[in-house]
Amino acid sequence: MAATVSDSEITKSDKYSILLPTYNERENLPIIIWLIVKFLDSSGYDYEVIIIDDGSPDGTLDIAKQLQKIYGSGKIVLRPRDKKLGLGTAYIHGIKHATGNFIIIMDADLSHHPKFIPKFIELQREHDYDVVSGTRYKDGGGVHGWDFKRKLISRGANFVTQMLLRPGASDLTGSFRLYKKDVLQKLIDSCVSKGYVFQMEMIIRARQLDYTIGEVPITFVDRVYGESKLGGSEIIQFAKALLYLFATT
Amino acid sequence: MTKLLEWISVLSAFFAVWYSLVGGYVKHPMIEKNMMLILVSPIIFVILFGLYAVTVILYRVFTFNNCEEAAKELQEEIKEARRDLLDKGLKW
Repeated sequence: MAATVSDSEITKSDKYSILLPTYNERENLPIIIWLIVKFLDSSGYDYEVIIIDDGSPDGTLDIAKQLQKIYGSGKIVLRPRDKKLGLGTAYIHGIKHATGNFIIIMDADLSHHPKFIPKFIELQREHDYDVVSGTRYKDGGGVHGWDFKRKLISRGANFVTQMLLRPGASDLTGSFRLYKKDVLQKLIDSCVSKGYVFQMEMIIRARQLDYTIGEVPITFVDRVYGESKLGGSEIIQFAKALLYLFATT
Repeated sequence: MTKLLEWISVLSAFFAVWYSLVGGYVKHPMIEKNMMLILVSPIIFVILFGLYAVTVILYRVFTFNNCEEAAKELQEEIKEARRDLLDKGLKW
């Protein structure tokens, strides 16, 4: 008798690899891991967290090792690197070691709350999206801890970007997203920029390659510990990337 | 076609129409009567668009959700996580 595989069994085999690139996050890492475990264990999805620490001098890796002992090496996977390399290469490094068929990318600084991950997964399953992006700019989303100037820059930059690039996603610089693994690999391969504008290019390339994008409103609580940065050099980087993508995609 | 080319083609189409009116290539009494308006119409358009952009951006800045609830909830969760992790033997 031929075995028939039901839909529920197919989705049951889905696994989500959460990539957490860290650099000096010893205060935040235990809490983000605790929250991930809390919200994903209760949702019942199969997952692993891959911590990619870039040789943090504050001992983030020691904390990560302790967390691995507490939660088990099936759930917490450590893939450290010797020194600080780019974000893009951190993702490539993470994907190589990921055993899931979906990849979730988020910041470890507590600005991205793991409670949204089950929502990303549900939306992805409902529509079979290639990418699900968290958005601060849609109803239900938002940002805590930003002053008028920061909001103005953010909204202004977003307005110009939407007008020039029409990306089909409302939050381009956010980095809380879920990708199908092969899609993420292709997007990384096609991206040229580095630094935080890399996130913007990923979404633009996704549009260019005709991938489908879903969005989940997220609340973004700006760095509880440590300082958040937005200086002149970030703005120039952003403007350059915007013009580059405007002229080439 | 890149976004840049899309913009260039749309803008040149508008420019062609405007230039044919201003340069007198299309003749009609209505055009002559409103020549001044036609002449400055690109500037008017840019000003109106600027006003639209400023209004929309400011509206979005002032209605940007501050997520007070989410921030409070996170603070509570941080306390809970610290207690639980200390119980589990984490040396911070």
